[in-house]
Amino acid sequence: METKTDRFMQSIPEIIRTIPLTHYILLSSALFAIGVLGVLTRRNALIVFMAIELMLNAVNLLLAAFSSYFSDPAGQIFVFFIMAVAAAEVAVGLAIIVMIYRNIQTIDIGLLNKLRN
Amino acid sequence: MTPVIALSLFGIINLFLGFTFKRQSLQVVTLLFIICSMALTAMDWNHEYLWFGDMMKTNNLSINFSLIIQLAGLLVVAFSNGFGKDEVYTQPAEYYAILLFSLVGALLMVSFQNLIMLFVGLEILSVAMYVLTGSDKRNLRSNEAALKYFLMGSFATGFLLFGIALVYGSTRSLYISGILYNLSHTAPESLPSFLYAGIILMGIGLLFKISAAPFHFWTPDVYEGAPTIFTMFMSTVVKTAGFAAIYHILDVTFGGFQKNWIITVYFITIITLILGNISAAYQQSAKRMLAFSSISHAGYMLLTVCANQPSTSSNILYYSLAYTLATAVSFAVLMVVAEYQTGRTEKPENFDALNGLAKNNPSLAFAFTVALLSLAGIPLTAGFWGKFFVFTDMFNKNLTYPIIIAVLMSAVGIYYYFKGIISVYFNSGEIEKIETSFLFKIALWSACIGTLVLGIYPTLLKSIF
Repeated sequence: METKTDRFMQSIPEIIRTIPLTHYILLSSALFAIGVLGVLTRRNALIVFMAIELMLNAVNLLLAAFSSYFSDPAGQIFVFFIMAVAAAEVAVGLAIIVMIYRNIQTIDIGLLNKLRN
Repeated sequence: MTPVIALSLFGIINLFLGFTFKRQSLQVVTLLFIICSMALTAMDWNHEYLWFGDMMKTNNLSINFSLIIQLAGLLVVAFSNGFGKDEVYTQPAEYYAILLFSLVGALLMVSFQNLIMLFVGLEILSVAMYVLTGSDKRNLRSNEAALKYFLMGSFATGFLLFGIALVYGSTRSLYISGILYNLSHTAPESLPSFLYAGIILMGIGLLFKISAAPFHFWTPDVYEGAPTIFTMFMSTVVKTAGFAAIYHILDVTFGGFQKNWIITVYFITIITLILGNISAAYQQSAKRMLAFSSISHAGYMLLTVCANQPSTSSNILYYSLAYTLATAVSFAVLMVVAEYQTGRTEKPENFDALNGLAKNNPSLAFAFTVALLSLAGIPLTAGFWGKFFVFTDMFNKNLTYPIIIAVLMSAVGIYYYFKGIISVYFNSGEIEKIETSFLFKIALWSACIGTLVLGIYPTLLKSIF
């Protein structure tokens, strides 16, 4: 039996396609650029980390848009891979940040300059 | 692709063996595991297979790369000495398991046929390396290196992924074969312009990983801060796998679009050569010098990627092998000397700490000298032929100016590599006899002999590659 939710889920690709592809590309590029700027300008390790996640999510959005425009599931499958790998990266990254906080009680990346001659 | 499965299983088994086995026996077991998976790799010789839903391909090229990567892993494990005697703060079973897992990532990177596999392989390799870089938990330098490597590595992954998304958007496929098919069946005018941005962004993501300038700024800090044994792993395995991936992306997949990326990659190559060599000449710390030397060697290998001749793949293989053997030996000697000097001098990794090594440790000094000569590219060592083949390729393509820069820069290289040799043989210092384990000696000598044999009979391997 087909429910209302099922019909809605099936119409999602069409809903996505009501917006021109160029708009998706521009939006993802803008999000990606904001992420890059965040990485380059922020000094707090957690915020830098969030900016990197923003870059990855811009990619996810772009892949999903391309994928529903081409009616090709490969792009959306790639999105799942990116999400899974990003989760693994978060686990390792937060562990590294906690380790640093334990040693120097701050996560400001400007204070990490022991490795200069 | 049985080695991928085997290495993953071996890694898990290794974690469990950590409960019962001693450090030294764990090291032997890990060595046996890697030798076993090398044998499995070699069994596919002369067969072409597609694996995992056509996402990976084994052919002779990928087998050669896999063997070099596993050889580097073998050397690193043999040099590791069970990670010292610190029972509380080092967990050898976990380190060995993570090393095996990261080898899996490297193997995926050399044989991918689908961009998903490139991404997954790169991440398996990188996430394992972030953990190992920060494994010296109480050392602030190691912490800092781990954070820098992690932030810069994920930043680069973002670029790679955005590039992959744009390439997918313009070619409608994630398979290399599908991309090649669609590119050859579409008129160049009707391809969307963001394809070229995608190619460049993918290139940038990969060039970050092999530390080409101007994306090299993390390299000296990370190499210096990480425990030396993992620096050795980083500079050999990650670089070889990264170059296999760059060759596959730029030359094999987008070789037809060379005019769109060649200027960018040229610029990057020349900057890499100049920055890497000139900065290496200023370093007081031998470990930092080796980090910059690894940047400059990335420049030499990029030259042959730019040339894109039929012999490019075998040149990269030869260069990676020569570079792997020499770097592993030089880091190994530096590691045991720094271990001895810790507590005796202020900076145990400086050139000064190596002073007078030859007096009581002639074999370590000799191995170090052979490795540095090979890195400098002096004849009768493997490094000379690596550079020679690269320059021949460039010459065949009439790329005169890059060769002139590269030759000048290898002259600069001779200066800083000889600084190490001079402090080992001619400067006066007191270093007692350093005891090394049996496996360490075997690995040191076989890598040294390998360097010399490749230097005397370069055709020996050129005929296989």
